[in-house]
Amino acid sequence: MRRFAVLVALTALGPGAALSDPDPSDWQAVLEEARGQVVYWHAWGGAAATNDFIRWAGDEVAARHGVRVEHVKLADTADAVSRVLAEKTAGKDTGGAVDLIWINGPNFRAMKEAGLLFGPWAEDLPNWRFVDVDGKPAVRADFTVPTEGLESPWAMAQVVFYHDTARLPDPPRSMAALLDWAAANPGRFTYPQLPDFLGTTFLKQALYGMIEDPSVLQRPADQADYAAVTTPLWAFLDDLTPHLWRQGRAYPSSGPRQLQLMADGEIDLAISFSPGEASATIAKGQLPDTVRTLVLEGGTIGNASFVAIPYNANAKAGAMVLADFLLSPEAQARAQDPDVLGYGTVLAMDKLSPEDRARFEALELGIATLSPEELGPALPEPHPSWMRLIEADWGKRFGLAE
Amino acid sequence: MAGLRLEGLRITRAGVPLVALEADIAPGEVLSVMGPSGSGKSTLLSAIMGTLAPSFAMTGRVRLDGCEITRQPPEARRVGILYQEELLFPHLSVGGNLAFGLPRAVRGRSARAARVAAALAEVGLAGFADRDPATLSGGQKARVALMRMLLAEPRALLLDEPFSRLDAGLRVQVREMVFARARARGLPVLLVTHDAADAAAAGGCVVELG
Amino acid sequence: MRPLRGAPLLTLLVLLGPVTAGLVGTLAPALGVFPALGGTRPSLAPMTALAAWPGLPGAVMLSVGVGLAATAISLVIVVLFVAGWQGTRAMAGLEQALAPLLSVPHAAAAFGLAFLIAPSGWIARALSPWATGWERPPDLLIVQDPLGLAMVAGLVVKEVPFLLLMTLAALPQVRPAQRMGVARALGYGPVTGWLKAVFPCVYAQIRLPVYAVLAYSMSVVDVAIILGPGTPPPLSVQVVRWMADPDLTLRFQAAAGAVLQLALVIGALGLWRLGEVVLGRLGRVWAEAGARRQGDGVLRLAGLGLAMLATGAVIAGLAGLGLWSVAGLWPFPEAWPEAISARSWLRHGPGLLAPGLETLWIAGAATALALALVLACLEAEHRFGLVPGARSLWLLYLPLLVPQVAFLPGLQAFALMAGVDMGRGAVILGHLVFVLPYVFLSLAAPWRAWDARHASVAAALGAGPGRVFRQVRLPMLLAPVLSAAAVGFAVSVGQYLPTLLIGGGRVQTLTTEAVALAAGGDRRAIAVTALAQTLVGMAGFALALAAPRILWANRRGLRAG
Repeated sequence: MRRFAVLVALTALGPGAALSDPDPSDWQAVLEEARGQVVYWHAWGGAAATNDFIRWAGDEVAARHGVRVEHVKLADTADAVSRVLAEKTAGKDTGGAVDLIWINGPNFRAMKEAGLLFGPWAEDLPNWRFVDVDGKPAVRADFTVPTEGLESPWAMAQVVFYHDTARLPDPPRSMAALLDWAAANPGRFTYPQLPDFLGTTFLKQALYGMIEDPSVLQRPADQADYAAVTTPLWAFLDDLTPHLWRQGRAYPSSGPRQLQLMADGEIDLAISFSPGEASATIAKGQLPDTVRTLVLEGGTIGNASFVAIPYNANAKAGAMVLADFLLSPEAQARAQDPDVLGYGTVLAMDKLSPEDRARFEALELGIATLSPEELGPALPEPHPSWMRLIEADWGKRFGLAE
Repeated sequence: MAGLRLEGLRITRAGVPLVALEADIAPGEVLSVMGPSGSGKSTLLSAIMGTLAPSFAMTGRVRLDGCEITRQPPEARRVGILYQEELLFPHLSVGGNLAFGLPRAVRGRSARAARVAAALAEVGLAGFADRDPATLSGGQKARVALMRMLLAEPRALLLDEPFSRLDAGLRVQVREMVFARARARGLPVLLVTHDAADAAAAGGCVVELG
Repeated sequence: MRPLRGAPLLTLLVLLGPVTAGLVGTLAPALGVFPALGGTRPSLAPMTALAAWPGLPGAVMLSVGVGLAATAISLVIVVLFVAGWQGTRAMAGLEQALAPLLSVPHAAAAFGLAFLIAPSGWIARALSPWATGWERPPDLLIVQDPLGLAMVAGLVVKEVPFLLLMTLAALPQVRPAQRMGVARALGYGPVTGWLKAVFPCVYAQIRLPVYAVLAYSMSVVDVAIILGPGTPPPLSVQVVRWMADPDLTLRFQAAAGAVLQLALVIGALGLWRLGEVVLGRLGRVWAEAGARRQGDGVLRLAGLGLAMLATGAVIAGLAGLGLWSVAGLWPFPEAWPEAISARSWLRHGPGLLAPGLETLWIAGAATALALALVLACLEAEHRFGLVPGARSLWLLYLPLLVPQVAFLPGLQAFALMAGVDMGRGAVILGHLVFVLPYVFLSLAAPWRAWDARHASVAAALGAGPGRVFRQVRLPMLLAPVLSAAAVGFAVSVGQYLPTLLIGGGRVQTLTTEAVALAAGGDRRAIAVTALAQTLVGMAGFALALAAPRILWANRRGLRAG
């Protein structure tokens, strides 16, 4: 046991930058170093569509750059964060198990603050020049937290709701209308249980509709009157909860669980963070083709998905090559294809060559997918501190139903 | 000094004396050890065989044909044993059981098979080599067990109530067969029993334990 | 000879080393020590933070309540069934079904059950709309109910086969036929007689397996996530959630929760033990009171009915999963899918090949290692009289009694420090910790029950200990050795947390795949993966059953009699 104690003490010294980290500004050197590397990409494995996309991306970088990609399928992104943390605890500052993480929001903030990330590197990637930095500020501010080149965006997401027109032809388009409809049709709406990010997102979305000055959400919650700002939200939820599926005594555990509930006819309306999800699911025969997507009046929250490299990653060069490939117009167009993922691109169309732009123009929207105009502008994510407080409060108020 | 000699044999368990025996069994002779259950009869046999459980302590010596075997491992002692049950190995055929006992010195598959066949014929079981032992009758099993033991060429034979499970008619028959073959091979025999008839049939000295 | 003598020590080291290291690694952050997160000084803050969680009383009640209920119900079902049907054809039939049922992973069984009993599930579909009038699934809280009844049901259907197997393994040692002969001759009914004359001795043999069921039911995570309530969830689920929280400071609270989980298990075991004493006293009074028949007919039928219900639920659940794996659109209230297609298998099947092979590798290696150690221990016990005392049997059970959430995260940290992390080898060793006890428990009884006079005879025939082991004991005990191996194999196939935490996510098995997909809730994908997982586990049992039958086809003495 003495050895254990000594090792624990050693870990307090913290990581030091490895001597031979690749320099993204010398891209040729990065490519050379990357060749032959194996990149363990830790990414949520809960959706077959994203798993298929990751496999495709892996095959492509293997063919083009000789980088092998292994998708480590996570049940929860935090598992990868835990892994890096455990490695830091153990003093394993090189040769870590995680090379790339699909990450955003609170997990990014936690890793950034704990010094668990490598970088900056993201804005030195060759394909960064195509990124729509001006039109999509979320690509540099992840839940308001500046990315500072520590993570690279690869997809845009925006809150939508989907409904089955066969059962619900005229869906509510505001939180107030949602409450009225739920009261008239009890048990046909629910949202994932917090702290699932989609459940939290539903609350944040609701908050947006009830707040005079949304800009307070862009600052840390302790700089605002949190209690006063959120009072209408809790009143709304107090009214809504008895009309929820299972009277709010149980919640689905994740976003995709709602798809099954919708398919089983248990619920009529559900929230999603992927505008193309309904179409993709219809295409797979898992939802009836009467399902459609809608957004709320006043807009919905949008954010970007990122990839980040841990400070002790084993294949940093390979990870950067993969991240750069994800930003390529080809990969971005494929991700936006509703038959593949239906994710929004992070690129600016006017920065692309005509040929690359044509890739995007050729895409057909899915049967249930809204056009960018219908989708409307995305509301920015609140500062992560709001999320934490709202989660904790929800847990106290609604997380203990009995 | 041929024969089986027990010199000052004392077995204790946790300091409590269990068995003490002094004996000298000449080749072809039978010593019957009698006593109620729990008097240490089986423990005595284990001590001679070399399979005494570690919870027992033993002093004294066991000599076989003049050599001391007290410290030898069981498989090197060449002390044969027959139990109440035949304990034929169920995964081997009847012939396989006999071959298991046959010394390695008998070489070659056909030579070994011939010895096995001869042994079976000797007890009236010719042609039984390929049979499953589980399909034999009680008397047949007893004969196979005896021949298996004898094929191993023991220099002494221990009998742990080997006849008590057989019914009356069979019992006399098997008993005669065992004693006759032991005598013919000049083996010293130590018989443990609680049946006076067995001891009487053995014809040798009788020691009471317990 | 030397290495064999060391086998018991080595085995205990393999088992206890990781558990101890893991517990230390969990206890430290529970007391505020976690240097990487800035915790360098011991403090009670994690404990107070845990105590301040408003859901704590509910979560604790759930853990304890579900654990005790699931264990008691499983035990009662097994006892009633065995009491009423020992030695009958119904029993033999169920015994056949037992092995495959054991190889069904808990998560797969839970998914199957969830689909069966949910308001939009198979039973509701079969009765709708003609009997119920439901055109849409009713808004009923059946799965994830606040009392955890669905979770109890999910645990019972999986623990009944396990306890039944353990009971059947222990039974021959108490010579039930003789005892029952005496009891029946004295005028006792079958169930009453069995309960009075056989059960007390059988229970003494299956006590530790029962404790393992209790500890497992209290701290299970995957079944709880699928069937258990979420508002609040059982403590173990909350601990895992805290560990997975982006807010890293919650790791302290998670560790404190893990320690509390361990304390709860210890407390519940104590409570159970107390119940044993009380019921034992009452039972003796009852046995000596002389009543011959007390509802024997009803109890007998109840035993059969409940055992059939439990096994039937697993089988029907698996059938449901099978149907989902080939289903096209399948809306409520249709009892059958609108279309059947191989699409889900084609889509997910090829991706399961690599994890499937990895699963086979890991399970095969862990089982082989466990078998070697167990055989060495048992042989050392036979040759040198190194009989493990009651205390070391407890040690053997330790990995099954200590909740996984209480020591695996700590173990991961420890493995990293020792530099043995990542990769198949470490995962195999991690699995060994859980496989070994099951292999030992499955094999010890038949191994010890072997008539050692066979060894004496063989020695008298000139065979040394090695030859006795190889040529007599091992072949005679081939069937139990193989079924112990199959049990170990299935245990390895089902491991999730050890694979994830020790493998650093790089080692992917069918189970990690299944749990990752389960997060997505795509029933077809879950069905395909869960069935693949079940098939692999079953293959081991099939092999274990078939091999002795083929090898010993002409040896009546080696067939179960």
